Amino acid sequence: MEIIGIIILALLVNNVVLAQFLGICPFLGVSQKVSTSLGMGAAVIFVMALANLVTYLIQFFILVPLHIEFMQTITFIFIIAFLVQVVEIILKKAAPALYQALGIYLPLITTNCAVLGIAILAVQKNYSLVESVVYASAIAAGFTLALILMAGIREQMENTGYPAGMKGFPMSLIIAGLLSLAFMGFAGLV
Amino acid sequence: MAKLESSLRNMILSLLLISLVMSAALGFVYNLTKDPIAAASKAKEVKAVKEVLPEFDNDPTTEIKVVEGLTFYPATQGGKPIGFAVKTYTEKGYSGRFDLMVGFLPDGKINNIVVLEQKETPGLGTKMKEPKFKDQFNTLDIGSLNNQELKVKKDGGTIDAISAATISSRAFCDGVQKAYNIYMKNFAMNIAGVNDSTMMKGGKQ
Amino acid sequence: MSQLKYFTNGLFKENPSFVLVLGTCPTLAVTTAAINGIGMGAATTFVLVFSNLMIAALKDLIPNKVRIAAFIVIIATFVTIVDLVMKAFTPDLYATLGIFIPLIVVNCIILGRAEAFAQKSNVVPAILDGLGMGIGFTLAITLMGSIREILGNGSIFNIKLVAEDANTILIFILPPGAFITYGYLIAIMNRMKKRYNI
Repeated sequence: MEIIGIIILALLVNNVVLAQFLGICPFLGVSQKVSTSLGMGAAVIFVMALANLVTYLIQFFILVPLHIEFMQTITFIFIIAFLVQVVEIILKKAAPALYQALGIYLPLITTNCAVLGIAILAVQKNYSLVESVVYASAIAAGFTLALILMAGIREQMENTGYPAGMKGFPMSLIIAGLLSLAFMGFAGLV
Repeated sequence: MAKLESSLRNMILSLLLISLVMSAALGFVYNLTKDPIAAASKAKEVKAVKEVLPEFDNDPTTEIKVVEGLTFYPATQGGKPIGFAVKTYTEKGYSGRFDLMVGFLPDGKINNIVVLEQKETPGLGTKMKEPKFKDQFNTLDIGSLNNQELKVKKDGGTIDAISAATISSRAFCDGVQKAYNIYMKNFAMNIAGVNDSTMMKGGKQ
Repeated sequence: MSQLKYFTNGLFKENPSFVLVLGTCPTLAVTTAAINGIGMGAATTFVLVFSNLMIAALKDLIPNKVRIAAFIVIIATFVTIVDLVMKAFTPDLYATLGIFIPLIVVNCIILGRAEAFAQKSNVVPAILDGLGMGIGFTLAITLMGSIREILGNGSIFNIKLVAEDANTILIFILPPGAFITYGYLIAIMNRMKKRYNI
């Protein structure tokens, strides 16, 4: 029950992008097409679950025993950067087409604040190892969901006219605002 | 000076050097701020305990008892118990957990409540910090309510919920209720013994 | 005097929030009140100035291939310093800004300036650039915070502008309001840039 609660909260109620404002850069940057957002989403789910697994172990088997919890930020960001490199190398070999499509956004997962943010939040929330990994996966799935919804709407918007000044970021942000409004309806679900 | 080449030796040396210098700087700042951080968090605790209880002359933070996950701060004036401050929490907030400090008088009545840490929606849930909402609880005796249960009016209770923030209001009640139940089960009886018997009523669960 | 342009660049022409659209997460997340904008802005400015300074000073000691790693170590150190100092001396503000203080580390403005400017420049322009970008960011998020606080809470810097029980446009301090306010501000900025040819 606990686990299901965590999933619903992370996926819908406290959606990482639309309610917690983490990972906005890739959300605005890679949401032009549904196909690329799927790829990006998959990469993020993988990296985040892995990152939470590793950072959990580091936190409770290295930082806490040594009483250097204040080194958390610096260690976590390093681990995440390292993991992203590994994923990049694997993807380049295994799925070159996807690697081409994600282009510069894959290294940008390092600076996707959702990855670092969720790793720190999971520690703050005192989750167990399993809860932490489930939480990260659900959060990343929520990110993917928001990304795909956004991409779908933007694909439709291409055929509509709107003022030139609103092109690009302003329009995306306003769509995001309306999506966020819709997601507020999930409040109180758990 | 020319830029260092990217040879393996240079790369390792450079990174090692930077990491060492930076870790040293960090350790230095950590030692410098360690005491102020501890002092700031203790000052916050003491201030909250003072706010929720009538005047006392002991140092409740040195006599804390932890029961079922809640922290109890016993306060005495001239050796006579005058109540407990209870650090309680709820998981049912709009944005998850928030912490409250609830002051109970020996008879189980609430003296005052302070919101400690919260992440509720600014302008909505955060209104629970305002007197208009939280002062409803002052001098409230939960023992005298229906089923000894604290509820918002929408759920058939007595508390006026914050408008557009029923979830936060319910969660607030939940946190206070938890503090009350554990307080009554574990502490109210002994105090009732040294004071008068009217408190016994609240002690019966 | 010519060095002044490094400073003014970040204020308007390349404002990190409104023109470069970097550091969007804190821009949206902490701007529920004007005071948070100042706090977050000050913390970010501190990190920007010192990381730019360090990177410009050490640029010859950092081999090209490991530069990003070195930048991240430097940035993360200053972020942790800010984190510790704020926890010690401004605990209330620290509690409000929460997770977004450690997240300064992944604020693209900082790594962006390190990569695009500091590693190629001398110490003084790097400091000025950091200061300009930092203040530009602070102004932008304080403006966002002010608009959202006035419309959503009827107050500015915690000073009430309307009656205590007046109805305000709550949506502006809720998440959707953040996106919509930001969207319109960038649109206005785009329009102004075009009209005045900046």
